[in-house]
Amino acid sequence: MIPMNMVTPPPDLAAISALQSKLVSSLRPILPDHALLWEPEDTIPYECDGLAAYRRMPLAVALPETEEQVAQILKICFEMQIPVVPRGSGTGLSGGAMPISQGLVLSLAKLKKIVSIDPFTRTAVVQPGVRNLAISEAVAHHGLYYAPDPSSQIACSIGGNVNENSGGVHCLKYGLTLHNVLRVRGVLMNGEIVEFGSLAPDSPGLDLLAIMMGSEGMLAVVTEVTVKLIAKPKLARVIMASFDDIEKGGNAVAAIIAAGIIPAGLEMMDKATTRAVEEFVHAGYDLEATAILLCESDGTPEEVAEEIARMTKVLEESGASGIRISKDEAERLKFWSGRKNAFPAAGRLAADYYCMDGTIPRRHIATLLKRIQGMEIKYGLGCLNVFHAGDGNMHPLILFNGADQDEWHRAEDFGTEILEACVELGGTITGEHGVGIEKINSMCVQFGEGERESFWGVKSAFDPEKLLNPDKAIPTLNRCAEYGRMRISGGKLPHPDLERF
Amino acid sequence: MSFSSSNPAIKSFQEQILNAANSKQTLSIQGGGTKSWYGNTNQHTKLDARTYSGILEYQPEELVITACAGTPLKEIEAVLHEKNQVLACEPPHFGADATFGGAIAAGLSGPGRISVGNFRDFVLGVRILDGKGQDLSFGGKVMKNVAGYDVSRLLPGSLGTLSLLLEASVKVLPKPAATATLRCQISQAQALKFLNEWAGQPLPLSASCWIGKGMGGGDGELSIRLAGAAAAVQAAIPLMSSLVLANEVDPQIAQMFWNDLREQKLPVFDHLGSDQTLYRLALPAACGPLNIPNADPEIVLEWHGQQRWIKASGDAATFEAIKKLATANGGHATRFKQGSNIDPSFERFTLLSEQAHSKALELVQARLRSAFDPAGVFATSRLP
Repeated sequence: MIPMNMVTPPPDLAAISALQSKLVSSLRPILPDHALLWEPEDTIPYECDGLAAYRRMPLAVALPETEEQVAQILKICFEMQIPVVPRGSGTGLSGGAMPISQGLVLSLAKLKKIVSIDPFTRTAVVQPGVRNLAISEAVAHHGLYYAPDPSSQIACSIGGNVNENSGGVHCLKYGLTLHNVLRVRGVLMNGEIVEFGSLAPDSPGLDLLAIMMGSEGMLAVVTEVTVKLIAKPKLARVIMASFDDIEKGGNAVAAIIAAGIIPAGLEMMDKATTRAVEEFVHAGYDLEATAILLCESDGTPEEVAEEIARMTKVLEESGASGIRISKDEAERLKFWSGRKNAFPAAGRLAADYYCMDGTIPRRHIATLLKRIQGMEIKYGLGCLNVFHAGDGNMHPLILFNGADQDEWHRAEDFGTEILEACVELGGTITGEHGVGIEKINSMCVQFGEGERESFWGVKSAFDPEKLLNPDKAIPTLNRCAEYGRMRISGGKLPHPDLERF
Repeated sequence: MSFSSSNPAIKSFQEQILNAANSKQTLSIQGGGTKSWYGNTNQHTKLDARTYSGILEYQPEELVITACAGTPLKEIEAVLHEKNQVLACEPPHFGADATFGGAIAAGLSGPGRISVGNFRDFVLGVRILDGKGQDLSFGGKVMKNVAGYDVSRLLPGSLGTLSLLLEASVKVLPKPAATATLRCQISQAQALKFLNEWAGQPLPLSASCWIGKGMGGGDGELSIRLAGAAAAVQAAIPLMSSLVLANEVDPQIAQMFWNDLREQKLPVFDHLGSDQTLYRLALPAACGPLNIPNADPEIVLEWHGQQRWIKASGDAATFEAIKKLATANGGHATRFKQGSNIDPSFERFTLLSEQAHSKALELVQARLRSAFDPAGVFATSRLP
């Protein structure tokens, strides 16, 4: 199904089974029985992550309980030259934790202790398996929280967040994981323990902490994270604005930013989404609106009052057909409930949905939405659009029926065309979900050969043997040549600089 | 990627890089030369980066500006000012000729860093020439982008040792709607206590500076900058003033003060003795007052105590002692500026090998540099 990046053609079953026995017997002395799985009925839950369309069975799954065990496992795999796929909560949406057939899955789920909380310095030290939301819950009584809030925050782990540089609804104002993590402790593929960053505002040498962020488990295995905590705003209120035209809605987003306001959240939903979620949550959404904008302000009561007034004025001037402002916390949550439930609502409309993640400059939001409307007709599939309008991060949900192979292929092509449109509009193929295995071909479109070669240089600097999650995120030269061959259009060969095989 | 650029400046850069690679020479990248004293001694053939200059794209509603590395920093700030926006991390100029690229390569940030983040946090994308003369682009012009490794964020603070920066896209922010500055006399320990407590509350705390007159328990002058919505600033002033008996500073005087702090033009930074060194300490928030041997009594604390400026004897033993003290407290120390009698060949930085669990990263860093620069064109040792 997926051509492998790094590994040579698969050997016969007997060879795989021999390799599996060798790996298991090497790992057994360092792990308790329950922390090492290799029977298919035990490893099957690990065959995919949140992107279930891409599956593969690993040789074995290790669930270490200490950093020392992580280091030993890596050392053993390094000596045996067995590739390792690190895994957090398995909520990733790009197949970044999909196993490698002749590799080990290294789950960090059992490293789930909050090591320490220091309200005075506003920091918490946590193990990688700690859930994103669990950090905020643990520090709430100090009036603090951890700002990045990806939609999967109930389940996703901080280790996974570091590896994807996760954002969320509030990252326009409060930043991404990058901006909220001070220090990452991890283990290199050869078993060496290292620390990136520190509790000080900067560290000696090149900024290796920055390159660890969003590195998709390919540079080091995260074993401990020190996060920055910030003061919980006293109050938050949200404006729900309706627009009868997508263009007007898109322009309103730009107008708010141009007015010097950085909203705590700025999200948009199209009509199809509004209808789907209203049926699900009964939040009282305007069903006639072509686009709905949710615009949040947080801070002190005085600050929020001032900002809500300014934002309302801008939205009115931008031609909003209706404006409602949340009266209290219950209503605020109700207004948000639709946005937060877009995924389950999509699940009610179709057997499956495929979530995309491109980012574009804000001014092109309406252009992209109109193009997607055209693609819906072209591929004969519906699409819901919910997105982080404030930072131009689009999440089109393509509806399809996975039991129908043809529909899945059309959904894949639909998604690829959206991503290529994002690149063409000056944006990127992934804002926060990562490349993983899913968008690896699109990397050939976004980057040239020189950039991709540099990425391999970065990879090799940390992992010269290319054993850590080696088939993800960065395509090989051959792979892009292969992909180019499939996409020859208009008689023109993409990437004429590539050698063909 | 391409090897031949139509732009004459880039073409000339490529030629200089390829010539240097072929003749095994090293190039010192220089912009306006306002920070050439920063970092390890750097006496190689100069590559003048100012020839590639100009703002390429600026759309205020996107909160992004894209400019050539050789663009004067003051030109960028003037253009942003017209649209009521700023480089929120307040990178120091240290001279009229500072360039955009130079500020990024130095990676230094001003007073605002404690509330908004450092220059690295604002870099969204770069275009570079690597040590092979390849024209490469990483990142982009959008706020969220996780396609490929975040190479663009390796450039800030790399001091020209990784590749030649051609262009950068950085995030900008609107100017705060209101600002105010409070000032009081308070001991260092009390200042650190209040600043950390306030930082954990929903207050519009934007910057702080404590200037001490003595190492021990003596009082110093604490300046606090508030910035944000007018209502939030107004509400915070009485609340904070009453706790530390602070007075509000005249807005014009305050603005001058914060700018002089950013540019190190305050009197406390003057008169560095010929045998002295201005040390920079970067420390965790938990670090209390430190007792530095052979130091001037006048010290400056910024970033709620996380950045400290200390004038002390410039000899090797003093730096060793300061480095040990900083490292023991979880931070690091730099010889930021040296007096005229101090040996210019002294190592200015704390090494990775001197930090806990960082030794293995020396090899990673060396491999990373050789991936971008196999012939060592940019291997100036300016940053170890």
